[in-house]
Amino acid sequence: MRIKQLSLFVENKSGSLHSVCKVLAENNISIRTLSLADTEQFGILRLLVKEWEAAKNVLEKAGFIVKITEVFAIPVEDRPGGLAELLAILDRGGMNVEYMYAFTFGRNDRAVIVFRFEDPDKACKVLEDNKIDVIKPIDLFD
Amino acid sequence: MSEFVVENRIWDPVEKLSQPELKALQLERLKDCVQRAAAIPHYQRAFAQAGISADQIKSLDDLRRLPFTVKSDLRENYPFGMLAVPKSQLARIHASSGTTGKPTLCGYTKNDLNLWAELCARFLVAGGLRPEHTAQIAFGYGLFTGGFGLHYGIEKVGAATVPASSGNTDRQIMLMQDLGVDVLICTPSYALNIAEVLQQKGIAPESLCLKFAHFGGEQWTEAMRRDIESNLKIKCFNNYGLSEIIGPGVSGECAARTGMHIQEDHFLVECINPVTLEPVKDGEQGELVITALTKEAMPVIRYRTRDLATLYSDPCPCGRTFRRMGRVIGRSDDMLIIRGVNVFPSQIEEALLRVEGTAPHYLIEVSRPGNLDQIAVKVEMRLENFSDQMSEMQKLKSRIDHEIHAITGIRMQIELVEPNTLERFVGKAVRVIDNRKLKD
Repeated sequence: MRIKQLSLFVENKSGSLHSVCKVLAENNISIRTLSLADTEQFGILRLLVKEWEAAKNVLEKAGFIVKITEVFAIPVEDRPGGLAELLAILDRGGMNVEYMYAFTFGRNDRAVIVFRFEDPDKACKVLEDNKIDVIKPIDLFD
Repeated sequence: MSEFVVENRIWDPVEKLSQPELKALQLERLKDCVQRAAAIPHYQRAFAQAGISADQIKSLDDLRRLPFTVKSDLRENYPFGMLAVPKSQLARIHASSGTTGKPTLCGYTKNDLNLWAELCARFLVAGGLRPEHTAQIAFGYGLFTGGFGLHYGIEKVGAATVPASSGNTDRQIMLMQDLGVDVLICTPSYALNIAEVLQQKGIAPESLCLKFAHFGGEQWTEAMRRDIESNLKIKCFNNYGLSEIIGPGVSGECAARTGMHIQEDHFLVECINPVTLEPVKDGEQGELVITALTKEAMPVIRYRTRDLATLYSDPCPCGRTFRRMGRVIGRSDDMLIIRGVNVFPSQIEEALLRVEGTAPHYLIEVSRPGNLDQIAVKVEMRLENFSDQMSEMQKLKSRIDHEIHAITGIRMQIELVEPNTLERFVGKAVRVIDNRKLKD
Protein backbone atom coordinates (compact mmCIF):
# COMPACT_ATOMS: atom_id res chain seq x y z
CA MET A 1 0.00 0.00 0.00
CA ARG A 2 2.97 2.31 0.34
CA ILE A 3 4.17 4.35 -2.58
CA LYS A 4 7.77 5.34 -3.23
CA GLN A 5 8.10 9.08 -3.64
CA LEU A 6 11.16 10.93 -4.93
CA SER A 7 12.23 13.99 -2.97
CA LEU A 8 14.73 16.36 -4.57
CA PHE A 9 16.62 19.36 -3.31
CA VAL A 10 16.20 22.28 -5.71
CA GLU A 11 17.41 25.83 -5.48
CA ASN A 12 14.82 28.54 -5.81
CA LYS A 13 16.10 29.95 -9.08
CA SER A 14 14.88 30.05 -12.61
CA GLY A 15 15.40 26.88 -14.59
CA SER A 16 15.83 24.48 -11.70
CA LEU A 17 12.43 22.80 -12.09
CA HIS A 18 12.91 22.62 -15.82
CA SER A 19 16.22 20.81 -15.45
CA VAL A 20 14.56 18.11 -13.32
CA CYS A 21 11.66 17.62 -15.73
CA LYS A 22 14.02 17.61 -18.71
CA VAL A 23 15.98 14.68 -17.29
CA LEU A 24 12.74 12.72 -16.75
CA ALA A 25 11.46 13.60 -20.22
CA GLU A 26 14.67 12.49 -21.87
CA ASN A 27 14.32 9.16 -20.14
CA ASN A 28 10.68 8.80 -21.06
CA ILE A 29 9.51 8.93 -17.46
CA SER A 30 6.06 10.35 -16.85
CA ILE A 31 5.19 12.28 -13.70
CA ARG A 32 1.92 11.23 -12.09
CA THR A 33 1.88 14.18 -9.71
CA LEU A 34 4.22 16.49 -7.86
CA SER A 35 4.36 18.98 -5.07
CA LEU A 36 6.86 21.68 -4.21
CA ALA A 37 7.57 22.92 -0.71
CA ASP A 38 9.56 26.08 -1.09
CA THR A 39 11.32 28.81 0.84
CA GLU A 40 12.78 32.04 -0.44
CA GLN A 41 16.04 30.32 -1.21
CA PHE A 42 15.46 26.59 -1.85
CA GLY A 43 12.72 24.02 -2.20
CA ILE A 44 11.94 20.35 -1.82
CA LEU A 45 10.39 18.85 -4.93
CA ARG A 46 8.33 15.70 -4.36
CA LEU A 47 7.49 13.50 -7.33
CA LEU A 48 5.41 10.38 -7.90
CA VAL A 49 6.54 8.41 -10.92
CA LYS A 50 5.97 4.79 -11.84
CA GLU A 51 9.60 4.01 -12.62
CA TRP A 52 10.93 5.45 -9.37
CA GLU A 53 14.16 3.45 -9.34
CA ALA A 54 15.05 4.44 -12.88
CA ALA A 55 14.08 8.03 -12.16
CA LYS A 56 16.28 8.13 -9.05
CA ASN A 57 19.12 6.73 -11.09
CA VAL A 58 18.96 9.21 -13.93
CA LEU A 59 18.38 12.19 -11.63
CA GLU A 60 21.35 11.26 -9.49
CA LYS A 61 23.46 10.86 -12.58
CA ALA A 62 22.39 14.37 -13.54
CA GLY A 63 23.73 15.59 -10.20
CA PHE A 64 20.58 15.91 -8.11
CA ILE A 65 20.19 14.92 -4.51
CA VAL A 66 17.35 12.39 -4.40
CA LYS A 67 15.78 10.72 -1.41
CA ILE A 68 13.12 8.03 -1.49
CA THR A 69 10.32 8.44 0.98
CA GLU A 70 7.25 6.31 1.54
CA VAL A 71 3.89 7.97 1.20
CA PHE A 72 0.26 6.84 1.12
CA ALA A 73 -2.20 7.78 -1.61
CA ILE A 74 -5.72 7.86 -0.21
CA PRO A 75 -8.79 8.56 -2.33
CA VAL A 76 -11.26 11.07 -0.94
CA GLU A 77 -14.74 11.79 -2.20
CA ASP A 78 -14.97 15.11 -3.97
CA ARG A 79 -17.66 16.64 -1.75
CA PRO A 80 -17.76 18.95 1.29
CA GLY A 81 -16.51 17.01 4.33
CA GLY A 82 -14.73 14.33 2.29
CA LEU A 83 -11.29 15.20 3.58
CA ALA A 84 -12.51 16.25 7.05
CA GLU A 85 -13.91 12.75 7.68
CA LEU A 86 -10.66 11.11 6.72
CA LEU A 87 -8.60 13.50 8.85
CA ALA A 88 -10.88 12.87 11.84
CA ILE A 89 -10.11 9.15 11.61
CA LEU A 90 -6.39 9.76 11.29
CA ASP A 91 -6.50 12.12 14.22
CA ARG A 92 -8.31 9.60 16.42
CA GLY A 93 -5.69 7.05 15.46
CA GLY A 94 -2.97 9.43 16.71
CA MET A 95 -1.48 9.87 13.25
CA ASN A 96 0.89 12.75 12.72
CA VAL A 97 0.87 14.13 9.19
CA GLU A 98 4.23 15.54 8.13
CA TYR A 99 2.85 16.93 4.91
CA MET A 100 0.19 16.20 2.33
CA TYR A 101 -0.81 17.23 -1.15
CA ALA A 102 -3.75 16.53 -3.41
CA PHE A 103 -4.38 15.72 -7.05
CA THR A 104 -7.05 14.16 -9.22
CA PHE A 105 -6.68 11.54 -11.87
CA GLY A 106 -8.90 9.32 -13.91
CA ARG A 107 -12.46 10.27 -14.66
CA ASN A 108 -14.19 9.66 -11.38
CA ASP A 109 -15.32 12.10 -8.74
CA ARG A 110 -12.56 11.33 -6.32
CA ALA A 111 -9.52 13.32 -5.32
CA VAL A 112 -6.34 11.62 -4.22
CA ILE A 113 -4.50 12.88 -1.17
CA VAL A 114 -0.85 11.95 -0.78
CA PHE A 115 0.15 11.69 2.87
CA ARG A 116 3.55 11.53 4.46
CA PHE A 117 3.14 10.24 8.02
CA GLU A 118 5.65 10.56 10.81
CA ASP A 119 5.38 6.84 11.49
CA PRO A 120 4.53 4.88 8.30
CA ASP A 121 4.29 1.52 10.11
CA LYS A 122 1.76 2.84 12.56
CA ALA A 123 -0.03 4.50 9.67
CA CYS A 124 -0.45 1.11 7.93
CA LYS A 125 -2.10 -0.32 10.98
CA VAL A 126 -4.46 2.62 11.60
CA LEU A 127 -5.48 2.67 7.94
CA GLU A 128 -6.15 -1.09 7.95
CA ASP A 129 -8.03 -1.01 11.26
CA ASN A 130 -10.29 1.72 9.95
CA LYS A 131 -10.71 -0.04 6.61
CA ILE A 132 -9.57 3.02 4.74
CA ASP A 133 -9.08 2.47 1.05
CA VAL A 134 -5.46 3.08 0.06
CA ILE A 135 -4.44 3.21 -3.59
CA LYS A 136 -1.88 0.56 -4.55
CA PRO A 137 1.06 1.61 -6.71
CA ILE A 138 -0.25 -0.55 -9.53
CA ASP A 139 -3.60 1.28 -9.53
CA LEU A 140 -1.98 4.68 -9.32
CA PHE A 141 0.30 4.25 -12.30
CA ASP A 142 -1.56 1.90 -14.66
CA MET B 1 32.55 69.83 2.49
CA SER B 2 31.59 71.15 5.87
CA GLU B 3 32.02 74.75 6.92
CA PHE B 4 33.43 73.66 10.29
CA VAL B 5 37.07 74.54 10.60
CA VAL B 6 39.26 72.55 12.91
CA GLU B 7 41.74 74.72 14.70
CA ASN B 8 45.07 72.97 15.11
CA ARG B 9 45.42 71.94 18.73
CA ILE B 10 47.97 69.50 20.08
CA TRP B 11 47.04 67.41 23.11
CA ASP B 12 50.53 66.42 24.23
CA PRO B 13 53.72 68.42 23.54
CA VAL B 14 55.50 65.10 22.93
CA GLU B 15 53.79 65.06 19.52
CA LYS B 16 56.19 67.84 18.47
CA LEU B 17 59.35 66.15 19.72
CA SER B 18 62.40 66.81 17.55
CA GLN B 19 63.70 63.83 15.56
CA PRO B 20 66.84 63.35 17.70
CA GLU B 21 64.80 63.51 20.90
CA LEU B 22 62.22 61.11 19.50
CA LYS B 23 64.88 58.64 18.34
CA ALA B 24 66.57 58.71 21.74
CA LEU B 25 63.25 58.10 23.49
CA GLN B 26 62.37 55.27 21.08
CA LEU B 27 65.72 53.56 21.60
CA GLU B 28 65.46 53.76 25.36
CA ARG B 29 61.94 52.35 25.21
CA LEU B 30 62.86 49.68 22.68
CA LYS B 31 65.64 48.37 24.95
CA ASP B 32 63.25 48.27 27.88
CA CYS B 33 60.54 46.62 25.80
CA VAL B 34 62.86 43.89 24.55
CA GLN B 35 64.12 43.28 28.08
CA ARG B 36 60.56 42.84 29.33
CA ALA B 37 59.61 40.65 26.35
CA ALA B 38 62.65 38.46 26.98
CA ALA B 39 61.01 37.32 30.21
CA ILE B 40 58.11 35.81 28.23
CA PRO B 41 58.74 32.18 27.18
CA HIS B 42 57.46 32.78 23.64
CA TYR B 43 59.92 35.60 23.02
CA GLN B 44 62.72 33.69 24.76
CA ARG B 45 62.33 30.96 22.19
CA ALA B 46 61.84 33.37 19.30
CA PHE B 47 64.90 35.46 20.26
CA ALA B 48 67.03 32.35 20.66
CA GLN B 49 65.93 31.11 17.27
CA ALA B 50 66.80 34.47 15.69
CA GLY B 51 70.13 34.42 17.52
CA ILE B 52 69.59 37.68 19.34
CA SER B 53 69.45 38.63 22.98
CA ALA B 54 67.98 41.70 24.63
CA ASP B 55 71.38 43.26 25.45
CA GLN B 56 72.35 43.23 21.76
CA ILE B 57 69.84 46.00 21.02
CA LYS B 58 72.10 49.04 20.74
CA SER B 59 70.39 51.13 18.07
CA LEU B 60 67.01 51.49 16.44
CA ASP B 61 68.41 49.67 13.40
CA ASP B 62 68.78 46.59 15.59
CA LEU B 63 65.00 46.34 15.57
CA ARG B 64 65.32 44.51 12.27
CA ARG B 65 67.32 41.75 13.93
CA LEU B 66 64.34 40.87 16.10
CA PRO B 67 61.89 38.16 14.99
CA PHE B 68 58.40 38.95 13.72
CA THR B 69 55.35 38.15 15.81
CA VAL B 70 52.33 36.80 13.94
CA LYS B 71 48.70 36.22 14.84
CA SER B 72 49.20 32.48 15.30
CA ASP B 73 51.81 33.23 18.00
CA LEU B 74 49.07 34.99 19.94
CA ARG B 75 46.70 32.08 19.39
CA GLU B 76 49.25 29.46 20.43
CA ASN B 77 49.89 31.36 23.64
CA TYR B 78 46.20 31.84 24.42
CA PRO B 79 45.06 33.03 26.89
CA PHE B 80 47.86 34.54 28.98
CA GLY B 81 51.10 33.28 27.45
CA MET B 82 52.03 36.65 25.93
CA LEU B 83 51.73 38.57 29.20
CA ALA B 84 54.76 40.25 30.75
CA VAL B 85 52.98 40.78 34.06
CA PRO B 86 51.13 38.41 36.38
CA LYS B 87 47.45 38.07 35.61
CA SER B 88 46.67 39.75 38.93
CA GLN B 89 47.98 43.03 37.52
CA LEU B 90 45.53 43.10 34.62
CA ALA B 91 42.89 45.79 34.66
CA ARG B 92 41.00 44.78 31.52
CA ILE B 93 40.97 42.19 28.77
CA HIS B 94 39.76 42.83 25.23
CA ALA B 95 39.72 40.45 22.29
CA SER B 96 39.40 40.24 18.55
CA SER B 97 38.57 37.27 16.35
CA GLY B 98 41.23 34.69 15.93
CA THR B 99 41.67 32.95 12.59
CA THR B 100 40.00 29.92 14.15
CA GLY B 101 38.11 29.17 17.34
CA LYS B 102 39.71 31.09 20.17
CA PRO B 103 39.86 34.88 20.02
CA THR B 104 43.07 36.89 20.16
CA LEU B 105 43.34 38.50 23.58
CA CYS B 106 44.75 41.82 24.59
CA GLY B 107 45.43 42.42 28.27
CA TYR B 108 45.88 45.88 29.82
CA THR B 109 47.29 47.01 33.15
CA LYS B 110 45.94 50.15 34.78
CA ASN B 111 48.80 52.15 33.22
CA ASP B 112 48.07 50.61 29.82
CA LEU B 113 44.46 51.78 30.04
CA ASN B 114 45.62 55.26 30.89
CA LEU B 115 48.07 55.24 27.99
CA TRP B 116 45.33 54.03 25.66
CA ALA B 117 43.02 56.86 26.71
CA GLU B 118 45.88 59.37 26.21
CA LEU B 119 46.56 58.06 22.70
CA CYS B 120 42.88 58.30 21.76
CA ALA B 121 42.74 61.81 23.25
CA ARG B 122 45.60 62.85 20.96
CA PHE B 123 43.86 62.00 17.72
CA LEU B 124 40.44 63.10 18.95
CA VAL B 125 41.79 66.56 19.81
CA ALA B 126 43.75 66.68 16.54
CA GLY B 127 40.42 66.03 14.83
CA GLY B 128 38.46 68.75 16.60
CA LEU B 129 37.20 67.26 19.89
CA ARG B 130 37.01 69.86 22.66
CA PRO B 131 35.99 69.57 26.33
CA GLU B 132 32.68 71.33 25.66
CA HIS B 133 31.61 68.73 23.07
CA THR B 134 29.27 65.76 23.35
CA ALA B 135 30.46 62.69 21.47
CA GLN B 136 28.30 59.71 20.59
CA ILE B 137 29.94 56.32 20.26
CA ALA B 138 28.13 53.99 17.90
CA PHE B 139 30.81 51.30 18.11
CA GLY B 140 29.89 48.12 19.92
CA TYR B 141 30.82 48.05 23.59
CA GLY B 142 32.28 44.72 24.54
CA LEU B 143 35.36 42.68 23.83
CA PHE B 144 35.85 44.75 20.65
CA THR B 145 38.29 47.59 21.39
CA GLY B 146 36.39 50.26 19.41
CA GLY B 147 33.75 51.18 21.98
CA PHE B 148 35.72 51.32 25.22
CA GLY B 149 38.92 52.67 23.65
CA LEU B 150 37.26 55.78 22.26
CA HIS B 151 35.06 56.10 25.34
CA TYR B 152 37.94 56.70 27.73
CA GLY B 153 39.74 58.90 25.19
CA ILE B 154 36.72 61.22 25.05
CA GLU B 155 36.52 61.31 28.83
CA LYS B 156 40.23 62.08 29.00
CA VAL B 157 39.67 65.13 26.78
CA GLY B 158 36.90 66.20 29.15
CA ALA B 159 34.06 65.94 26.65
CA ALA B 160 30.78 64.17 27.40
CA THR B 161 30.28 60.65 26.10
CA VAL B 162 27.05 59.15 24.84
CA PRO B 163 27.80 55.40 24.90
CA ALA B 164 25.04 54.50 22.45
CA SER B 165 26.86 51.34 21.30
CA SER B 166 26.12 49.87 17.88
CA GLY B 167 22.85 49.37 16.03
CA ASN B 168 19.32 50.79 16.33
CA THR B 169 19.81 53.69 13.93
CA ASP B 170 16.50 55.34 14.84
CA ARG B 171 17.59 55.60 18.45
CA GLN B 172 21.06 56.84 17.42
CA ILE B 173 19.40 59.66 15.50
CA MET B 174 17.03 60.48 18.34
CA LEU B 175 19.97 60.76 20.75
CA MET B 176 21.92 62.94 18.33
CA GLN B 177 18.92 65.24 17.96
CA ASP B 178 17.88 65.41 21.60
CA LEU B 179 21.33 65.59 23.19
CA GLY B 180 22.87 67.99 20.71
CA VAL B 181 25.67 65.58 19.82
CA ASP B 182 28.70 67.33 18.23
CA VAL B 183 30.90 64.38 17.37
CA LEU B 184 30.05 60.95 15.98
CA ILE B 185 32.30 57.92 16.49
CA CYS B 186 31.62 54.83 14.38
CA THR B 187 32.59 52.97 11.22
CA PRO B 188 32.35 55.07 8.04
CA SER B 189 29.82 52.69 6.50
CA TYR B 190 27.57 53.09 9.53
CA ALA B 191 27.77 56.88 9.13
CA LEU B 192 26.55 56.47 5.55
CA ASN B 193 23.72 54.36 6.89
CA ILE B 194 22.78 57.07 9.40
CA ALA B 195 22.82 59.64 6.57
CA GLU B 196 20.49 57.46 4.54
CA VAL B 197 18.02 57.01 7.41
CA LEU B 198 18.06 60.77 8.05
CA GLN B 199 17.14 61.32 4.44
CA GLN B 200 14.35 58.72 4.56
CA LYS B 201 12.92 60.41 7.62
CA GLY B 202 13.20 63.83 6.05
CA ILE B 203 15.51 65.11 8.79
CA ALA B 204 17.85 67.83 7.52
CA PRO B 205 21.43 67.15 8.65
CA GLU B 206 21.77 70.86 9.44
CA SER B 207 19.12 70.42 12.13
CA LEU B 208 21.61 68.28 14.07
CA CYS B 209 24.53 69.80 15.99
CA LEU B 210 26.92 67.29 14.41
CA LYS B 211 30.27 68.87 13.47
CA PHE B 212 32.86 66.12 13.25
CA ALA B 213 33.18 62.37 13.02
CA HIS B 214 36.03 60.02 13.81
CA PHE B 215 35.99 56.83 11.82
CA GLY B 216 37.88 53.61 12.15
CA GLY B 217 37.44 49.86 12.22
CA GLU B 218 37.24 49.28 8.49
CA GLN B 219 38.63 50.18 5.11
CA TRP B 220 37.15 53.26 3.43
CA THR B 221 37.98 55.74 0.71
CA GLU B 222 38.18 59.44 -0.07
CA ALA B 223 35.01 59.01 -2.13
CA MET B 224 33.20 57.76 0.96
CA ARG B 225 34.61 60.70 2.93
CA ARG B 226 33.19 63.14 0.34
CA ASP B 227 29.81 61.40 0.44
CA ILE B 228 29.57 61.40 4.22
CA GLU B 229 30.76 65.00 4.50
CA SER B 230 28.24 66.27 1.99
CA ASN B 231 25.37 64.11 3.29
CA LEU B 232 25.88 64.86 6.98
CA LYS B 233 27.47 68.32 6.61
CA ILE B 234 30.36 67.37 8.85
CA LYS B 235 34.13 66.91 8.74
CA CYS B 236 35.44 63.36 8.99
CA PHE B 237 38.71 62.07 10.42
CA ASN B 238 40.35 58.71 10.01
CA ASN B 239 42.04 56.78 12.79
CA TYR B 240 43.76 53.43 12.94
CA GLY B 241 44.53 50.77 15.47
CA LEU B 242 44.27 47.07 16.13
CA SER B 243 43.52 45.19 19.28
CA GLU B 244 46.70 43.09 19.13
CA ILE B 245 48.66 46.33 19.52
CA ILE B 246 46.33 48.36 21.77
CA GLY B 247 43.12 49.11 19.83
CA PRO B 248 42.31 52.49 18.28
CA GLY B 249 45.01 55.07 19.01
CA VAL B 250 47.94 53.75 17.01
CA SER B 251 47.51 56.63 14.57
CA GLY B 252 45.02 59.31 13.59
CA GLU B 253 44.55 62.28 11.31
CA CYS B 254 45.19 65.92 12.20
CA ALA B 255 43.36 68.90 10.69
CA ALA B 256 45.60 68.76 7.60
CA ARG B 257 44.22 65.28 6.85
CA THR B 258 47.21 64.15 4.83
CA GLY B 259 47.59 60.80 6.54
CA MET B 260 47.39 59.52 10.09
CA HIS B 261 50.15 60.55 12.50
CA ILE B 262 51.60 57.44 14.11
CA GLN B 263 52.11 57.80 17.88
CA GLU B 264 55.78 57.11 17.41
CA ASP B 265 56.77 57.65 21.01
CA HIS B 266 54.85 54.43 21.80
CA PHE B 267 54.88 52.47 18.55
CA LEU B 268 57.67 51.69 16.13
CA VAL B 269 56.10 51.17 12.75
CA GLU B 270 57.91 49.50 9.85
CA CYS B 271 56.57 48.98 6.36
CA ILE B 272 57.70 45.79 4.63
CA ASN B 273 57.19 43.87 1.44
CA PRO B 274 54.95 41.02 2.66
CA VAL B 275 56.66 38.53 0.35
CA THR B 276 60.36 39.36 0.70
CA LEU B 277 59.91 40.79 4.22
CA GLU B 278 62.36 43.55 3.23
CA PRO B 279 61.56 47.14 4.18
CA VAL B 280 59.95 49.32 1.52
CA LYS B 281 60.78 52.99 1.07
CA ASP B 282 58.63 55.75 2.50
CA GLY B 283 55.91 56.53 -0.01
CA GLU B 284 55.72 52.91 -1.15
CA GLN B 285 52.97 50.55 -0.20
CA GLY B 286 53.72 47.65 2.11
CA GLU B 287 52.59 45.71 5.17
CA LEU B 288 52.73 47.53 8.49
CA VAL B 289 54.79 45.89 11.21
CA ILE B 290 54.31 47.38 14.67
CA THR B 291 56.27 47.15 17.88
CA ALA B 292 54.33 48.29 20.96
CA LEU B 293 57.13 49.82 23.03
CA THR B 294 55.47 50.78 26.26
CA LYS B 295 52.61 48.45 26.96
CA GLU B 296 53.18 46.83 30.34
CA ALA B 297 50.85 43.86 30.10
CA MET B 298 51.66 42.82 26.54
CA PRO B 299 54.75 44.19 24.87
CA VAL B 300 54.53 43.23 21.21
CA ILE B 301 57.64 42.86 19.09
CA ARG B 302 57.38 43.43 15.33
CA TYR B 303 53.77 42.37 14.94
CA ARG B 304 52.82 41.65 11.34
CA THR B 305 49.50 43.49 11.07
CA ARG B 306 48.73 42.22 7.55
CA ASP B 307 47.37 45.72 6.87
CA LEU B 308 48.71 47.27 3.68
CA ALA B 309 49.43 50.99 3.74
CA THR B 310 52.07 53.60 2.91
CA LEU B 311 54.27 55.62 5.29
CA TYR B 312 55.04 59.32 4.77
CA SER B 313 57.80 61.21 6.52
CA ASP B 314 57.59 64.64 4.87
CA PRO B 315 56.77 67.45 7.32
CA CYS B 316 53.14 68.14 8.19
CA PRO B 317 51.87 71.74 8.50
CA CYS B 318 50.27 70.88 11.85
CA GLY B 319 53.66 70.83 13.55
CA ARG B 320 53.54 67.22 14.70
CA THR B 321 56.81 65.51 13.98
CA PHE B 322 55.44 61.98 13.95
CA ARG B 323 55.42 60.22 10.59
CA ARG B 324 52.09 59.55 8.93
CA MET B 325 50.50 56.48 7.38
CA GLY B 326 48.00 56.51 4.54
CA ARG B 327 44.69 54.68 4.63
CA VAL B 328 44.78 50.93 4.94
CA ILE B 329 44.12 49.88 1.38
CA GLY B 330 43.98 46.12 1.80
CA ARG B 331 45.25 43.04 3.56
CA SER B 332 48.16 40.71 2.92
CA ASP B 333 46.01 37.81 4.17
CA ASP B 334 42.40 36.77 3.62
CA MET B 335 40.84 38.54 6.60
CA LEU B 336 37.52 40.24 5.88
CA ILE B 337 36.15 43.17 7.81
CA ILE B 338 32.37 42.93 8.04
CA ARG B 339 30.66 45.90 9.65
CA GLY B 340 33.87 46.56 11.57
CA VAL B 341 34.23 42.96 12.76
CA ASN B 342 37.21 40.89 11.66
CA VAL B 343 36.24 37.64 9.97
CA PHE B 344 38.54 34.98 8.58
CA PRO B 345 37.29 32.47 6.01
CA SER B 346 38.94 29.79 8.15
CA GLN B 347 36.44 30.58 10.91
CA ILE B 348 33.54 29.88 8.58
CA GLU B 349 35.17 26.65 7.46
CA GLU B 350 35.57 25.65 11.10
CA ALA B 351 31.90 26.39 11.79
CA LEU B 352 30.82 24.31 8.78
CA LEU B 353 32.96 21.41 9.90
CA ARG B 354 30.94 21.32 13.10
CA VAL B 355 27.80 20.69 11.04
CA GLU B 356 28.10 17.22 9.61
CA GLY B 357 28.23 16.92 5.87
CA THR B 358 28.47 20.61 4.94
CA ALA B 359 32.17 21.18 4.24
CA PRO B 360 34.21 21.22 2.07
CA HIS B 361 32.32 23.05 -0.66
CA TYR B 362 31.28 26.53 0.33
CA LEU B 363 31.62 30.08 -0.92
CA ILE B 364 31.57 33.36 0.97
CA GLU B 365 30.03 36.33 -0.82
CA VAL B 366 30.44 39.81 0.61
CA SER B 367 28.46 42.75 -0.68
CA ARG B 368 27.41 46.19 0.41
CA PRO B 369 23.88 46.83 -0.85
CA GLY B 370 23.14 50.34 0.39
CA ASN B 371 25.74 51.10 3.00
CA LEU B 372 26.00 48.09 5.25
CA ASP B 373 28.07 45.01 4.65
CA GLN B 374 26.27 41.77 3.99
CA ILE B 375 27.86 38.40 4.01
CA ALA B 376 26.31 35.28 2.54
CA VAL B 377 27.65 31.76 2.88
CA LYS B 378 26.70 29.34 0.13
CA VAL B 379 26.90 25.74 1.23
CA GLU B 380 26.49 22.78 -1.10
CA MET B 381 23.88 20.24 -0.01
CA ARG B 382 24.83 16.64 0.38
CA LEU B 383 22.63 13.57 0.42
CA GLU B 384 23.43 12.81 4.07
CA ASN B 385 22.03 16.09 5.32
CA PHE B 386 19.16 16.44 2.89
CA SER B 387 15.77 15.81 4.41
CA ASP B 388 12.41 15.48 2.72
CA GLN B 389 10.98 17.53 5.57
CA MET B 390 11.10 21.31 5.41
CA SER B 391 11.37 21.64 9.19
CA GLU B 392 14.51 19.51 9.16
CA MET B 393 15.99 21.63 6.38
CA GLN B 394 15.26 24.81 8.32
CA LYS B 395 16.94 23.22 11.34
CA LEU B 396 20.03 22.53 9.25
CA LYS B 397 20.15 26.16 8.17
CA SER B 398 19.72 27.33 11.75
CA ARG B 399 22.51 25.05 12.91
CA ILE B 400 24.89 26.46 10.33
CA ASP B 401 23.81 29.99 11.25
CA HIS B 402 24.31 29.25 14.95
CA GLU B 403 27.79 27.74 14.52
CA ILE B 404 28.96 30.63 12.34
CA HIS B 405 27.56 33.18 14.77
CA ALA B 406 29.15 31.37 17.70
CA ILE B 407 32.59 31.58 16.11
CA THR B 408 32.54 34.90 14.30
CA GLY B 409 30.03 36.83 16.39
CA ILE B 410 28.10 38.00 13.37
CA ARG B 411 25.03 36.79 11.54
CA MET B 412 25.46 35.67 7.97
CA GLN B 413 22.92 34.79 5.36
CA ILE B 414 23.04 31.03 4.83
CA GLU B 415 22.19 29.70 1.38
CA LEU B 416 21.89 26.00 0.66
CA VAL B 417 22.81 25.28 -2.94
CA GLU B 418 22.62 22.24 -5.22
CA PRO B 419 25.60 19.88 -5.23
CA ASN B 420 28.45 20.47 -7.65
CA THR B 421 27.31 24.00 -8.43
CA LEU B 422 30.13 25.86 -6.68
CA GLU B 423 33.27 26.20 -8.69
CA ARG B 424 35.99 23.60 -8.06
CA PHE B 425 39.62 24.63 -7.93
CA VAL B 426 42.71 22.79 -8.96
CA GLY B 427 45.08 25.02 -7.03
CA LYS B 428 44.28 27.25 -4.09
CA ALA B 429 40.51 27.46 -3.67
CA VAL B 430 38.85 30.83 -3.96
CA ARG B 431 36.43 30.84 -1.04
CA VAL B 432 35.62 34.52 -0.95
CA ILE B 433 34.04 36.83 -3.47
CA ASP B 434 34.08 40.41 -2.23
CA ASN B 435 31.70 42.49 -4.31
CA ARG B 436 32.02 45.61 -2.18
CA LYS B 437 33.00 48.52 -4.34
CA LEU B 438 35.50 50.77 -2.62
CA LYS B 439 36.45 53.20 -5.35
CA ASP B 440 37.94 56.65 -5.06
